Amino acid sequence: MTEEIIIAGFGGQGVQSMGKILATSGMKQGLNVSWFPSYGPEMRGGTSNVTVILSDERISSPVLNEYDTAIVLNQPSIDKFENSIKPGGILIYDPHGITRHPQRNDIEIYQVEAANKASEAGNMRIFNMIVLGGYLKIKSIVSLDFIEEGLKESLPERHHHLIPANLNAIKIGQEIIKKIN
Amino acid sequence: MSEIRLMMGNEAIAEAAIRAGCDGYFGYPITPQSEVLEYLMAEKPYERTGMVVLQAESELAAVNMLYGGGAAGKRVMTTSSSPGISLMQEAISYMAGAEIPCLIANVVRGGPGLGTIQPSQSDYFQATKGGGHGDYCLFVLAPSSVQEMADFVKLGFEMAFKYRNPVMILSDGVIGQVMEKVELIDPIPRRTQEEIIKECPWATTGKTPDRERNIITSLDLDPIRQEKHVMNLKEKFEKMKEDVMWENIQTDDAEYLIVAYGSSARISQKTIDLARNEGIKVGLFRPITLYPFPEKELERLSKQVKGILSVEMSLGQLIEDVRLAVHDRVPVEHYGRVGGSVHTPFQVLEALKEKIVNKY
Repeated sequence: MTEEIIIAGFGGQGVQSMGKILATSGMKQGLNVSWFPSYGPEMRGGTSNVTVILSDERISSPVLNEYDTAIVLNQPSIDKFENSIKPGGILIYDPHGITRHPQRNDIEIYQVEAANKASEAGNMRIFNMIVLGGYLKIKSIVSLDFIEEGLKESLPERHHHLIPANLNAIKIGQEIIKKIN
Repeated sequence: MSEIRLMMGNEAIAEAAIRAGCDGYFGYPITPQSEVLEYLMAEKPYERTGMVVLQAESELAAVNMLYGGGAAGKRVMTTSSSPGISLMQEAISYMAGAEIPCLIANVVRGGPGLGTIQPSQSDYFQATKGGGHGDYCLFVLAPSSVQEMADFVKLGFEMAFKYRNPVMILSDGVIGQVMEKVELIDPIPRRTQEEIIKECPWATTGKTPDRERNIITSLDLDPIRQEKHVMNLKEKFEKMKEDVMWENIQTDDAEYLIVAYGSSARISQKTIDLARNEGIKVGLFRPITLYPFPEKELERLSKQVKGILSVEMSLGQLIEDVRLAVHDRVPVEHYGRVGGSVHTPFQVLEALKEKIVNKY
């Protein structure tokens, strides 16, 4: 099993940390993992992406040109990565603010309305965990027990009281993700 | 007990330094390797092992602190990225001349000049062919994973002291920034002053009545003595060949060969899977030491293949050593993105077909 994922969105949406939590959790579960960020001069409001690979084999290239799954959280990221998904792969996006929706019919397309849910909950900072929950519902490669361990390791101890809220956000994501094609 | 962690390549170098019993780190921040200094400052090893961590006022200052520490027999290191490493070249040449052990990691970014902060492999010549002035070589290690970033710190110190010579870890922005699983060794204690005096009888550890002064210098104005010194250095650079390292990946039945190190080796590994899915029998030869270059093994492999693609994020530097090793027995071509652009496994596959498989 090898799962190659691109996560992309605006800087500040929690793209890098979502990838890091997924990679840490995968490692806790005993998988080989790779996390490679775009480390260019990105800043808040600019675009940001990270390639995450989870595998039970030795991981070859941390740099990829096609993906099993794309989690794309803004318009530029949809435009950039929609055509980089392997046929039969998965695209997950939040329709909030999207004017040109993904078009491909040889992949599975899912919507997760994470921005609306996070806004309803009055806590935009759980946005990325709602998205991660949606992803984990579709691809349950890493179990929730290990996600909790991953959260513990990724978050500084002073933020550990936020773990229940993050786990709850993951549950919300699992409930609201829906296939649209 | 060894420990498994998810770490960035740069963080792994820093943690490995603490665990390898490093006495001092001297650096100056530059992307894409600033996490080394950041990590060390956060970890505060000076409170635990007494290891000095110092942000110097410039790369020049940092590398000359290495000169001082290394001359005293201490395990000292610095890290930087391409423009910073260029600034250090004078002192690196001096250390090679004065036979001072030290460890230098270059997390290469695109050049020339200030270039870009994105990954590149265009410092191969600088690392393997001297870099500074005069006849000298560095022992050069090319990690292609976070695990090797960690492992090569301890190995680097061992080689530096074995040969009394600067050792370079030649990495790049991909390997510096990627996070992977890494198994960390149990910490090795820093050597005591008594141990240093015993292991480094040449070091400037303070003259005692029972021995002559130890003089560390790269200057000798007598051409006869200087010639003898350079010839001794040559012998040492030849002896380094005993510690040559490489990795063969799927080469047993290979009809074509990719030669690549560092991140390009990782990218090319994926290319090999893609190519083999299409029925192209290609293998990967990965030099792990770039100096000494694993020329004998590459020469042996060249006898079984129809063509070789040298893959490096440069205009073609590694290819010169590849060609020297295979003596024009088979065609050798270069492929690589430059200026901070990173080639993808698919792009390497296309180049392999266009430049090698479709022609030979």
